Amino acid sequence: MSVELAIPRGYTRVFSRPAALSEAGFTYCPGCHHGIITRLVAEAIDELGILERTVGIAPVGCAVFLDRFFNCDFVQAAHGRACAVATGIKRARPDLVVFTYQGDGDLAAIGTAETVHAANRGENITVIFVNNGIYGMTGGEMAPTTLPGQRTVTTPRGREPRSHGYPLKISEMLAQLDGPAYITRQAVFDYPHIVKAKRAILKAFRNQLEGKGFSLVEILSTCPTNWRMSPVEAGRWVAEEVSRFYPLGDLKDTG
Amino acid sequence: MEKSVVFAGFGGQGILLAGKVLARAGMNRGLEVTWLPSYGPEMRGGTANCTVVVADAPIGSPVVDRPDALVAMNAPSLDRFEPRVAEGGVIVVNSSLVKRGIGRPDVRAIPVPANDIAAELGNPRVINMVALGALVRALAVVSLEDVVAAMEEELRGKGRDELIELNREALRRGFSEAERYT
Amino acid sequence: MKRVLMRGNEAIAEAAIRSGLKCYFCYPITPQGELVEYMARELPKRGGVFLQAESEVAAINMVYGAAAAGVRTMTSSSSPGISLKQEGISYIAMARLPCVIVNMMRGGPGLGNIAPAQGDYFQATKGGGHGDYRLIVLAPSSVPEAAELVGLAFDLSDRYRVPAMILADGMIGQMMEPVALPEPVDPAEIPPRPWAVTGAKGRPKNVISSFDLEPEGLRRMNLVLQETYREIERNEVRWEEVETEDAELLLVAYGTMGRIAKTVVRLAREEGLPVGLLRPITLWPFPYGPIRALAERVKAVLTVELSAGQMWEDVRLAVEGRTETPFYGELGGVVPSPGRILEEVRRYVR
Repeated sequence: MSVELAIPRGYTRVFSRPAALSEAGFTYCPGCHHGIITRLVAEAIDELGILERTVGIAPVGCAVFLDRFFNCDFVQAAHGRACAVATGIKRARPDLVVFTYQGDGDLAAIGTAETVHAANRGENITVIFVNNGIYGMTGGEMAPTTLPGQRTVTTPRGREPRSHGYPLKISEMLAQLDGPAYITRQAVFDYPHIVKAKRAILKAFRNQLEGKGFSLVEILSTCPTNWRMSPVEAGRWVAEEVSRFYPLGDLKDTG
Repeated sequence: MEKSVVFAGFGGQGILLAGKVLARAGMNRGLEVTWLPSYGPEMRGGTANCTVVVADAPIGSPVVDRPDALVAMNAPSLDRFEPRVAEGGVIVVNSSLVKRGIGRPDVRAIPVPANDIAAELGNPRVINMVALGALVRALAVVSLEDVVAAMEEELRGKGRDELIELNREALRRGFSEAERYT
Repeated sequence: MKRVLMRGNEAIAEAAIRSGLKCYFCYPITPQGELVEYMARELPKRGGVFLQAESEVAAINMVYGAAAAGVRTMTSSSSPGISLKQEGISYIAMARLPCVIVNMMRGGPGLGNIAPAQGDYFQATKGGGHGDYRLIVLAPSSVPEAAELVGLAFDLSDRYRVPAMILADGMIGQMMEPVALPEPVDPAEIPPRPWAVTGAKGRPKNVISSFDLEPEGLRRMNLVLQETYREIERNEVRWEEVETEDAELLLVAYGTMGRIAKTVVRLAREEGLPVGLLRPITLWPFPYGPIRALAERVKAVLTVELSAGQMWEDVRLAVEGRTETPFYGELGGVVPSPGRILEEVRRYVR
């Protein structure tokens, strides 16, 4: 339920709900960066004026309700299959703007094959990859991107790489391929980074509009609930620890 | 009328194509036909066989217990399929490679030295058409002209046009070879 | 009408293209390689999209995407590959997306072999993936019938928004027969898809989903499926009967076995044995009614299958104890000849 506030005389509206977002409230936990990222995607759709020809793919995970949040057409995909579903839509209707929005479990564990091959084919789609290093929706299990030593409910004594595997740097992997046009890693833990992330998202959509091919924006995110941290501590953890392991910046840009 | 033929031999002897040409000739005559290959590893060498049924009414089973005819291009094929040929049936056997005779008194044997004839014609690959020509004479379901036309249809426009004349001659040679036994 | 000599795999591909197929996604597997090759060669020339996916899982999810975007779409595979597609098929069923899936069955379980078999009947007709869903399952017994049923599969799938499966086997895929191909469908005749994701322009957004966390909501989605299934059961049961009028022994067989059984009936009749055949064309919806009606007056209903007795269960459900229901099956890709089945027939009728 939204309340439209009257703007007092002499004031100008500088912040409002993007037209791409519906009235439905987000279902994300307090302090989770998903809210910021979802909003940035909506702002990008607004700014590019593509709402009426955009189709989003909702993943399985914390963004499973994504179709409710947006005003554009949406398809709910099976766990990990978003890039394959996006491929089907885009090949059937190249005039549509197609984006997926996936977590680390979805994109980098169960959907690794779909992600790698869509990237390798240079599918002309936009992928928003939200990496918070944990399975939030199912209760805080280890993700492929969980840091070494990080405690989760399935690594109660911390992730031990020799037994649990190393954190998967999927963006670095994808950047090695000839197919993708643009692979970048961003974060949204403070305002300057939010601005940069927004710019990256816009570019990833613009690449699609210009037919440049596969663009993926990885965004380091938080999970205060399952990290057992306050939102502030979680943001600091991304700034100080996670982004040290997963360096921010462009990994591939064919221009 | 319903006639069934098993073509059998080594992979590379053109077994499947011979069957296909017969099936196409039957179809062009307005008959019902089925062409059923044995598929799989056989395609990559080893043995190959296919079953062709030609009929003037809808065909039930493409799988045949007792074929009316057998084209055996080598000894293992003859060993395997000879016992199954229907009583009163016919066996075209490639006598260039198969040195034994046909044991069954209740079938008609037509030995055709397919490899030798093909060698005379200058291309060992046409042994299948030599054998098919002989079969057509023995089976009398379609005419020599029918199979020649079907063969041409099969080869034309597939980069094998230059082989048409040779194959036509191979069919004729096989056909006249079989006349000696009818 | 002009007839062309085609393999089953090729005839299915050509019929699909003529049915207005726009997007075809696949992963190679024997014995349906010719279908894939034909599509790769022909579909792009005729304005469609051919894409070889990285896996069966990806291929069926591409079908899901293309169907969601509102085009006629299809995938094909053989048994092990169809197993991999089950997840996607379950999502497609609940999201109510029309599409066609071809299964050229081979010997199983596991890697099995590439010979003709009918061991995927349960998987096809009882819902091979999770949840309460059905596929429209059509079982051709010849190459021309395969071509014909492809068009029907697209039409039924569109009409009911239920995925349709062509369930054939390697023999039908590999064999050649003369086919009179259907005329290409006029694109204007393909039903509109107001539910598709085509961009929310001048209309509220469309959402394609199989998801509702609320039990009441998910129940409603399920009930829509079930009502659709009841309607299909009422309207779309298809079967063929051969010499059933005075039959004392009824054979029930489908696909390749249905065809071989026709020869068995002819051979039996030549011996004076009163044998008839009921060949289900739709395996789901299954012809329970017609089999039940015949079971009232025959002495036995003999099911013949290339499985350990999967369709046999449906035959027994149809007969419900009205008469004897013996079974003869072959396994592992062994195809019995008409003569072998005739021996079986002689055990039940004289």
